Amino acid sequence: MAVAVPERAELADELAKFIDDWKEKPGNLIMVLHRTQLEYGYLPEPVVIEVARRLGHPAAKAFGVATFYNYFKLTPPGRNRVAVCIGTACYLKGASELTDTFCGQLDVELNGVTEDKEFSIEGVRCVGCCGLAPVVMVNGEVHGKLTSDGVQRVIDKYRNGRENPEQAAG
Amino acid sequence: MAYAQYCLICDGTACNSSQSERIYEQIMKYVYDHDLEKTCQVVKTGCFGFCEQGPIVKVLPDEAFYVQVKPEDAADIVREHLLKGRPVSRLIYREKDTDSLGAVDKISFYRKQVRIVLRNCGFIDPESIDEYIAREGYQGLEKALFEMSGEEVLVEVEKSGLRGRGGGGFPTGRKWRFTKEMEADQKYVVCNADEGDPGAYMDRSMLEGDPHSIIEAMAICGYTVGASRGYVYVRAEYPLAVRRLEKALQDAREYGLLGDNILGSDFSFDIEIRLGAGAFVCGEETALLMSIEGMRGMPVQRPPYPAVKGLWGKPTVINNVETFGNIPVIVTRGGDWFAGIGTETSKGTKVFALTGNVNNSGLIEVPMGTTLRDIVFNIGGGIPGGKQFKAVQSGGPSGGMIPAEHMDTPIDYESLAALGSIMGSGGLIVMDEDDSMVDVAKFYLGFTVEESCGKCIPCRLGGRQIEKILEKFANGEGTPEDLQKIEEIGQTMITGSLCGLGKTAPNPVLSSIKYFRHEYEAAFRKDVAETA
Repeated sequence: MAVAVPERAELADELAKFIDDWKEKPGNLIMVLHRTQLEYGYLPEPVVIEVARRLGHPAAKAFGVATFYNYFKLTPPGRNRVAVCIGTACYLKGASELTDTFCGQLDVELNGVTEDKEFSIEGVRCVGCCGLAPVVMVNGEVHGKLTSDGVQRVIDKYRNGRENPEQAAG
Repeated sequence: MAYAQYCLICDGTACNSSQSERIYEQIMKYVYDHDLEKTCQVVKTGCFGFCEQGPIVKVLPDEAFYVQVKPEDAADIVREHLLKGRPVSRLIYREKDTDSLGAVDKISFYRKQVRIVLRNCGFIDPESIDEYIAREGYQGLEKALFEMSGEEVLVEVEKSGLRGRGGGGFPTGRKWRFTKEMEADQKYVVCNADEGDPGAYMDRSMLEGDPHSIIEAMAICGYTVGASRGYVYVRAEYPLAVRRLEKALQDAREYGLLGDNILGSDFSFDIEIRLGAGAFVCGEETALLMSIEGMRGMPVQRPPYPAVKGLWGKPTVINNVETFGNIPVIVTRGGDWFAGIGTETSKGTKVFALTGNVNNSGLIEVPMGTTLRDIVFNIGGGIPGGKQFKAVQSGGPSGGMIPAEHMDTPIDYESLAALGSIMGSGGLIVMDEDDSMVDVAKFYLGFTVEESCGKCIPCRLGGRQIEKILEKFANGEGTPEDLQKIEEIGQTMITGSLCGLGKTAPNPVLSSIKYFRHEYEAAFRKDVAETA
């Protein structure tokens, strides 16, 4: 049985430099994975293998850590990332219905990506704006006191790159 | 402090996400248009606390408290108030049933608060080290370094009676003494800012609003116990807090307040930031240390406690953000002063994030011994929509629900434990008559089940089993035996779990059964309900 050998990933220059800077520091793995995710939006498997190699860790350790923490994602997100806060204050003020409405209108499962890759949706822990509950974050932008009626308006705002200048420029 | 007027704009996370940045830009624009920049200082500050009413703008010395400000309002604030001295009455916060204008200390949300930890939040620009210094900042460190021995600092901390604000309530002085008395070539100071309770944002607001107080406190701690390195372990989900802390560390180094030979003394200390990655269990101290070491955050058996054998096996003091926030003031004003505030067993104040179904959501700080009634009804302004209060949950997923009949309990570590809850880190969630206690208990348990690291069996399996039983109640299929089973499994988890997560995970369920048993009985299977 042939086993597919992952191609050695080329790392972005800045990431490679970050790894060099952190290489000798104890306990560097999590910080380097953060930097990696910042670079790619998620942790691509070949990249994690290469990062582990450069740090001198077994790949198993890197994947062990990457899968333990909720913040690290091993699959690519959508172009627009919808994060519904499911902290307690938001939960009490209807985060579940809000999540259902988003999933329904985007036709996607929670923690999934839409077929056209425009949106991904996930439930996140408290984002720390409990006074604005219920809260939804899209690409880091907070929408507070949102009701199910307002969901379509939020989706329309981001669809087709209208509110994502970074992506639009690239 | 040579300005005639100050215009403070809240730039905490909640206000920031409601365009406070834009409000600042607009106000600045008009200030320059009218040549007011020499007489009026415009400052972006940390959280004012009254998040429900944000974005908030305050004008001093008139004490005008503007709420729900929009960028379009900037012109009026500048042209009317700053230029002509006429407060913009349509934007001023009004209490229900009164038309009293202005004066922050008249607002009931603030009147009963005492601000020690939040002393600078909402008053200074958190990105300016000079403003921190202007408000007695780094005086505690200076006093410690040049007027006191480590032992003398420690005696003050012990005298203060300060206890851990992360939830455990362990005496801070005793923790520091364990570490101080250890012989080691290296010791560490760690600040736990992995605020995991979903519904609490005290640590976030403090790091965003007053990062230097944490740096000062950690340096004082390092001097006291003989540590030269510190780590702040902070949630990656708090980018603004991380950014402001990074800036503060850099400024402190430039001012010689961190690094080698601080202020010319022979004490050297520096701090590094380490990011969490979204694991609730990492709020537990041994798991947190594993995570700083770059591993999966799984707790280990205690003792040995981190104070003796912690980060990389070295003696390590770990304190929560709020605990550290008290330290500079304890050093400058003395332990006796601090011990004069609070109750017999719990000294000082406590910061709470008051949220849920309450009129005035926000961040508050009250003396220990304040009653829950005062917090929910006076500061919090009661329940919206004329609904009935049902319960308040302290301690988040590790705490319990406290019903109306115990609302007059003065809050301290012991009184909350006696009610089946815990002080916790400071989340206070208010629930009204429409909230189902079974549902809320299931919500919290679902959280801890998902966040269990899976290392020990009582937590890994116990939580899952209780969750399955609660599912039955959610479908109206419960039985009296089920309730008994929940209590048995819950007790096993409390007794047998390795760390605080498992030991406290059953609290929301058990406390809700204790105080709201009828809601569970109402969800019994039909035939059982009839025979019962």
